[in-house]
Amino acid sequence: MLGRLSLSAIPFQYPITMAAVGGSVLLGIAILALITYYGKWTYLWKEWLTSVDHKKIGIMYIILALVMLLRGFSDAILMRSQQAIAAGTSQGILPPDHFNQIFSAHGTIMIIFMAMPFLVGLMNITVPQQIGARDVAFPFMNSVSLWLTTAGALLVMVSLGLGEFSKAGWSGYPPLTELKYSPGTGTDYWIWALQIAGIGSLMTSINFLVTIIKMRAPGMSLMRMPIFVWTALTTILLMLFAFPVLTAALAMLTLDRCLGMHFFTNGLGGNMMMYVNLFWMWGHPEVYIVILPAFGIFSEVVATFSGKRLFGYTSMVCATAAIMVLSFTVWLHHFFTMGAGPDVNIVFGISTMMIAVPTGVKVFNWLFTMYRGRIRFTTPMYWTLGFIVTFVIGGMTGVLLASPPADYVLHNSLFLIAHFHNMLIPGALFGFFAGYTYWFPKAIGFRLNEEWGKRAFWCWIIGFYLAFMPLYVLGFMGMPRRMDHYANTAWHPYLLVAAAGVVVILLGILSQIVQLLVSIRDRHTARDLTGDSWDGRTLEWATSSPPAVYNFARIPVVHDIDAFADMKEKGITYQRPDRYHDIHMPKNTAKGLIIGALTFLFGFAMIWYIWWLAIAAALGILSTVIARAADDETEYTIPAAEVERIENQRFRRAASTSSNGPSNGAAPRGPLLQV
Amino acid sequence: MTTDASSIDSVRTGEIEHPDTVANQVFGFWLYLMSDLVLFAAIFATFAVLRHNYAGGPMGKDLFHLPYVFGETMFLLFSSVSYGLVALAMRQGNKALVLRWLVVTFLLGLGFISLEVNEFYHLILDGNGPGRSGFLSAFFTLVGTHGTHVTFGLMWMAVMMGQVITKGLTTPVQSRLLRLSMFWHFLDIVWIGVFTVVYLMGVM
Amino acid sequence: MNHAPITGAGASSGSYKSYAAGFILSIVLTVISFGLVMSRVLPRPAVLFGIFGAAVVQMLVHLHYFLHLDSSSENRWNVAALIFTVLIMVIFVGGSIWIMYSLYYRMM
Repeated sequence: MLGRLSLSAIPFQYPITMAAVGGSVLLGIAILALITYYGKWTYLWKEWLTSVDHKKIGIMYIILALVMLLRGFSDAILMRSQQAIAAGTSQGILPPDHFNQIFSAHGTIMIIFMAMPFLVGLMNITVPQQIGARDVAFPFMNSVSLWLTTAGALLVMVSLGLGEFSKAGWSGYPPLTELKYSPGTGTDYWIWALQIAGIGSLMTSINFLVTIIKMRAPGMSLMRMPIFVWTALTTILLMLFAFPVLTAALAMLTLDRCLGMHFFTNGLGGNMMMYVNLFWMWGHPEVYIVILPAFGIFSEVVATFSGKRLFGYTSMVCATAAIMVLSFTVWLHHFFTMGAGPDVNIVFGISTMMIAVPTGVKVFNWLFTMYRGRIRFTTPMYWTLGFIVTFVIGGMTGVLLASPPADYVLHNSLFLIAHFHNMLIPGALFGFFAGYTYWFPKAIGFRLNEEWGKRAFWCWIIGFYLAFMPLYVLGFMGMPRRMDHYANTAWHPYLLVAAAGVVVILLGILSQIVQLLVSIRDRHTARDLTGDSWDGRTLEWATSSPPAVYNFARIPVVHDIDAFADMKEKGITYQRPDRYHDIHMPKNTAKGLIIGALTFLFGFAMIWYIWWLAIAAALGILSTVIARAADDETEYTIPAAEVERIENQRFRRAASTSSNGPSNGAAPRGPLLQV
Repeated sequence: MTTDASSIDSVRTGEIEHPDTVANQVFGFWLYLMSDLVLFAAIFATFAVLRHNYAGGPMGKDLFHLPYVFGETMFLLFSSVSYGLVALAMRQGNKALVLRWLVVTFLLGLGFISLEVNEFYHLILDGNGPGRSGFLSAFFTLVGTHGTHVTFGLMWMAVMMGQVITKGLTTPVQSRLLRLSMFWHFLDIVWIGVFTVVYLMGVM
Repeated sequence: MNHAPITGAGASSGSYKSYAAGFILSIVLTVISFGLVMSRVLPRPAVLFGIFGAAVVQMLVHLHYFLHLDSSSENRWNVAALIFTVLIMVIFVGGSIWIMYSLYYRMM
């Protein structure tokens, strides 16, 4: 009836886990109780859960990312604590089984359920506005993508309390992940979480590709798009072509596990090295998927807060495109040591080193943008400056690792761990934090507190150096990754420093939580009344904050790069049309949420071998899709009079900031910023 | 570059205010097909790697019957042409003709699937199922993934027959028929790769 | 609801002639492929070249006569996407075969 699910699935033998489960359940109940107490269920359902508005979907993605950041970070605290204690003869606080699940969950969560939702969320909020569009090409599919990603995240969270998570790392190599060596539910949770989230990502890539290519405002040629849109475009191209490989690899592993096939098994003609090949064919583009949007955010932030157009727009576009194409040609560098010949290794080593070149071009362009600019040291600029310095260090360690002989010594050591965290944290995560701070006022309507933002930055960057620089040294000293305890006590002091680093990062995260609370408390004083929170240069700053559901009452016409800055120079911002038109927008629908929920059930059923539930869920998904296809009334009309009313209200609010309001075409600045 | 903003505005705004939904749907679906090509590429690559891993079991030439595969190929090719006739009938606005050729395509596609299921059934019955060796795992999965796609296409076709009957040839229905045609022809293209690499090379 | 036939969209123009031509060409190319293998007339390398060549040509026939892919401006993005996809496939499949062969030679 319930497959292999029984009460023994609950991990009573792990007190730490039970505490986490208990805490999560209580927290969940508390949140549900609060929503009920304040009577917000209808609001939540109508305005958020059934929304197909790209701006709201983007906010929900970011909420998911921030929640999963806390979960993934808890795993990091546990790992650092364990390694700070388990030196010499000590076994630490975590048994090896548990430790293995923690590092596997940490990687899976941070890449697939923190970084991906974060960047997709920022793209959702910003890209349609930056290209002067009203929505993405397929709003319903956008909703489905969100809820599929959430379903995957939920599977990972549920694995904490029911069954176990994978112990084979976030990469899941066979034969360890084959049924013979991992008969439990761990590998299955991992497979289905990735598989389901992967489908969501594929849908997102199709959606945004059509949006960017087909729905730009008139006059916005490709070479006039904001740089963030270029990086979004290259990111989704990577997604479109890489994720099917992951889907295939995981499907074949599933066939091995469920139907006894021999793709990657130890015998009967399996080839486990092929899994590694396929996984990294996806895995390398994946890390570029995570970093390219961050590069785009930095470009936008640097230009805005230097008060100048980005230096070298064309070379930036070429560099981004070069990075995208090259990232399909380097994947073998993740397994130099698996045994391929020197000819194979050196070709991939060279292509890997080549990627540093366009990245260097980007760094120089950012620096040249700042040169002779009038720089405003806002929180997003802090994140950017911290990124430029720290990311370059990590990039250089990457070039070092790209040399196969060097990698033979350093592969899977803590040097590697330090390198990729050096890319992901100061690179991707700082970029997302910069984007979060930069676009928060646009999405929500008021600015985040600058003081707490800067405190968070300092904690994060100091914490990062403390947590990861010792790991470079440990790598050279020979310490491998994923160790739950170690005999060599010479490593111990470095791991203590690293543990201190994670405490400082924790202070950074706490600062960000405080920042959010303080900003909400102070929201009336930091309101963005004009829509142009930072004296911005691109079109998203032309809408109100938050924008009307349709973004633009009239689609703007674009004449140059940095379209909004161009309009300011010509004095043609905020022009009111003599006549407004009816606007057609997509209706909200619950079907996206339903598909997500059914997919979660399907994944859960496949993991626990509850076959009747799997079939029922699959049929349910099919029926929902068919029902959606049969629905001919998926749009509603906002009458011109209503559009006029919304726009008039917006301009009244904006005019109340100063006498130099937008009604006469001058560019408003937001309230004074702290420097 | 200075251009009169208001004149461009009035000419182009009309187009932009009402995005070409059908063109976007077709382009989006084409992109999905591109991603599907990469999916098949990954499975083809795996087949190429595992193609000689017989594990002491049977090889391609022991198992494949080329005349049978030729028959399957003809079923699929004929169904591609009959779907072309669906598209032409749709352009003429002829609902009855659209339905007739949809039924023909469906039956031909069903014929293809039946032949394939029959082949799989006999292989499994003889103990040469996908669990026998790496080669057979790759064979069943590559051919089976294509067959699964065809099956989903058949389900989609059935839904479209229902929609044509109940709604007629509305714009959304035509757009779906158009995307189904792209899907169906694409599957025939993949089949060319499958019969060449799996069956023809397997027998040599 | 609008019942007029949808125009443009890049993949809808066709005629009886184009489907008939595609059909005949496909049959011929399929017969050539199967014939080459079943008759065993030519040596192995020639047969391989023949069947791969016939396969590629038949795929192009399908793309042009059935999917109406051409160099018109409507289809430009579709063609660009296809070319890029083929490039990725060559890198992935070719790269995998090269890598896995090297690994097989040294590790198995």
